[in-house]
This record gives sequence, C-alpha cells and structure tokens, in this order.
Amino acid sequence: MLSTNTHILFSEFEYHAPTTVNEVAELLSEYGDSARVMAGGTDLLVQMKMERRRPAHVISLQRINELHTITQNGALTIGAATAIRALDQYVTLNHPSLGARLESLSAACNLFSSVQIMHMATLGGNLCNASPAADTAPVLLTCDATVTIKSKTAEKTVPLADFFVGPGKTILGPNEFVTYIQIPLPAQNTGSAFRKISRVVADISQVCAAVTIVRDGNIVQDARIALGSVAPVPFCAEQARAALVGETFGPELAEHVGNLAAQEIKPISDVRATSAYRRSVAFVIVRDALMQAWDNCG
Amino acid sequence: MQPKSITVYLNHEPREWRVHPNDLLLNVLREHEALTGTKYGCGIGECGACTVHIDGEPVLSCLTLAIACEDKSILTIEGLARDGKLDAVQTAFLDHSAFQCGFCTSDMILMTRALLNEIPNPTEEQVRDYLRGNLCRCTGYASIVRAALGAATQEANAIGAADA
Repeated sequence: MLSTNTHILFSEFEYHAPTTVNEVAELLSEYGDSARVMAGGTDLLVQMKMERRRPAHVISLQRINELHTITQNGALTIGAATAIRALDQYVTLNHPSLGARLESLSAACNLFSSVQIMHMATLGGNLCNASPAADTAPVLLTCDATVTIKSKTAEKTVPLADFFVGPGKTILGPNEFVTYIQIPLPAQNTGSAFRKISRVVADISQVCAAVTIVRDGNIVQDARIALGSVAPVPFCAEQARAALVGETFGPELAEHVGNLAAQEIKPISDVRATSAYRRSVAFVIVRDALMQAWDNCG
Repeated sequence: MQPKSITVYLNHEPREWRVHPNDLLLNVLREHEALTGTKYGCGIGECGACTVHIDGEPVLSCLTLAIACEDKSILTIEGLARDGKLDAVQTAFLDHSAFQCGFCTSDMILMTRALLNEIPNPTEEQVRDYLRGNLCRCTGYASIVRAALGAATQEANAIGAADA
C-alpha cells in the first residue's frame, strides 16, 4: 500500500557527506544497492517519505565543491550537483552570448519549478531521477550532451541519449554515479527553444519539447527535436527530424514537422493529462519551438 | 542510526543540535526549537509553506535534512526582525493587510525578502514569478503583491534618504 505520509521520514539510514568524488566512489563500492546518492534531495526525500525507496545509506554530494562548478572549454562542463538556479544564472547572466544559442536550457531552468526548488534541485539529480517528465532531459538531448559516469574502478563518458532505460531507471550500475554533464558549445548559427505545457508554471510538465536548429541561409543544416512526458524515457523525434534537415524553413514546414513529432510519440494517460491531449499539444509546442529556434539562429 | 552533534547558525545565533540522519529541518525547527512560524503544508515541495533561508537562499525545510545544515546559517521568520525592529517586508505586509488566515505569511515574507535581496526594484511580473511556488489558499495574492512592491519602494526611499 502506498504510504501518504509526507511529514516525517520514517526510514532510517546512515548519512554520508564526503568531500571528494573518490570518497563517493569508495562508499558506493562498499554499499552498492543499499546506498543512494543524494544531490538536492527534492526527489529522493519525497520518494523516501512515500517509502518508495528505502536506502540504508544516503551519500550526499552537497560538500563536494568540484561537483558544483561549471567550466567552459570547448564544451560546458557542468558538475552534477550544480543547482538549476545556478545553471540558469550562469547561462543567462554570465554568458549572454551563449544564452542566445542555449535559450532552450535557460528556458527549461526558468520553467523548472518554484524558485526554492530551483535553488535545491540539481542538473545531475534531474537526469538520474530519470523521470520521463524531467524538463532538462529533452533540452540536453537536443544539445548532444554527454554524461560522465564514475565508479571506484572506472570512468566513462556516454551520450545522454543512451543514459535513460525507463521511468526512474538509468544505465547506472549500483557502484556508479554521475560526476559531470558536458554540452558541446553550439556553433554561431545555432538557435534553440523550449516549450512546456503544465497546469501552472511551477508544476510538472504534461508535455515539454526542446528544439535545436543549425541554420544555413534559408536551409535547416541540422536539427534535433526531443520531447518529455510523451514516452517511458525522454524522447528524440527522429522521423520529425529527418523531415526537417536539409529543407527550406518556413511556417508550413514547422507545421508539418510538428505533426510528425505528435504522431511518433507514445504518450500515456495519467493524472496530469490524457494521451490524446498530450498528442494535440505536442504538435503545437513542437511547431512553436521550431519557429522560435529558427528566429534564435541569428 | 546514530545521532550527530552539529553546529548551526540559527537566526544569527550559534546552536548545537543533536540530530538523527532522518530528522527534517522543518521538524527540528518546529518541535525542538519551538519556532512554529515555519509551517508544514504539503511535505513534497508544492506549497512553499516551509520556506526558510539557508546561507541566504530560499529553500524548503520539509525537504532538507537537518544533518545537512551543519555549519550553515538558517533564517526563519522569527529571526527576520532585528533589535525589536520589523523588517521592511514585514511592515509592508502589515500596511497592506497582506494576509487573511496567516498560514502562508511567514513563507510569503521570507520569499519577498529573498526577492528584494536579489532584485531590489522588481516589477509586478517579477514579484508574481518569484512567488510562484508559494500558495495562499485564501487567494490573497493581490495584497501580497502590493505589499512586496510597497516594501521595495520603502527600501528604495530609505536608501535615498540615507544618501541625501
């Protein structure tokens, strides 16, 4: 039976607050499946209150300074424990020239949730929680992002597109955790956009869509389209993309591609929206995001 | 599950807490410190009633482990007035009667304080956007927004008077 307690944490656990990534790897190699890595805690603590997860060990990333930093060197390298608010401020305030090309990222951060949650929740946490509705996932998919995964014995970098397995499930093994997310710096003639439909701004997406377009004159040189809350994992609309790349851009093409995206998604009906509604609005937000991304190409 | 002794800076004063890993900050504030201005609303990060400032940032105390607050500065509504003098935001909420039942007042005031620390002269749209995670079930938002804008004006005037 699902517990509805949200007042106290019944479950008992040991709390670990390491200060280096190597300590995290050590702890995970010791405790494996009985441990859970915690970044902001905004998803994990709710799951623990509801007794959907009962880790015997909680390993906090909060005191690991390097996982809270963003560096720019050919790519944006974002520490997994970077708060959504800090990421938003980095992109929109500190690097406005980047912000125009990565408008989808700043928009997804801005529409993420309440300001309080944006201060707490992290990029790594949003990805590792692997909600099909995660707002940052479609954006990062359209940016060709990669994630660096570490364990005690190995470190590897994989495309984000290979990271999600199902609702709440990723390719992470019991001894592994995410240290960094990399976003290749987009070329000058790149534009992006993000659209989200939810009951109110602070709410979880009913559908969201991210688009990146690389423009060559009037032609779409390259593009990515990804949607959230429309499939068991964040979804890359490949058929829609194929109909877009190499074509002359215009409102009719955006309409056509939006339609294709709405047809290839696999939405379910749940408490937030029906499948039919998701399909209807997916068309609208993909079309609108395409128009916006094209405008943002500069 | 062993309790741990930690030091926090609560409302500008150092405090020693003995906390278990599963103690939530909200419950420590309300039950151990008897600071009941911070409210339990939904417990899942939807309502904003449990908002406090940690190291100057507005966060949710119902989704914060107390043990994670070691060496951090925590500000609750009880610590906002200094030396018996209300904060400008508190005064503005009084002036604009920006509460009905009062349940969301602590979180609305702390959130407005955080907003004005970040954006001293916000537009109405910025106020509404910043307070989007704070629910008022009396739906007294109009007066809350007026109070936030009033506090900003009052602080700008106070700075202007100090400069003159």
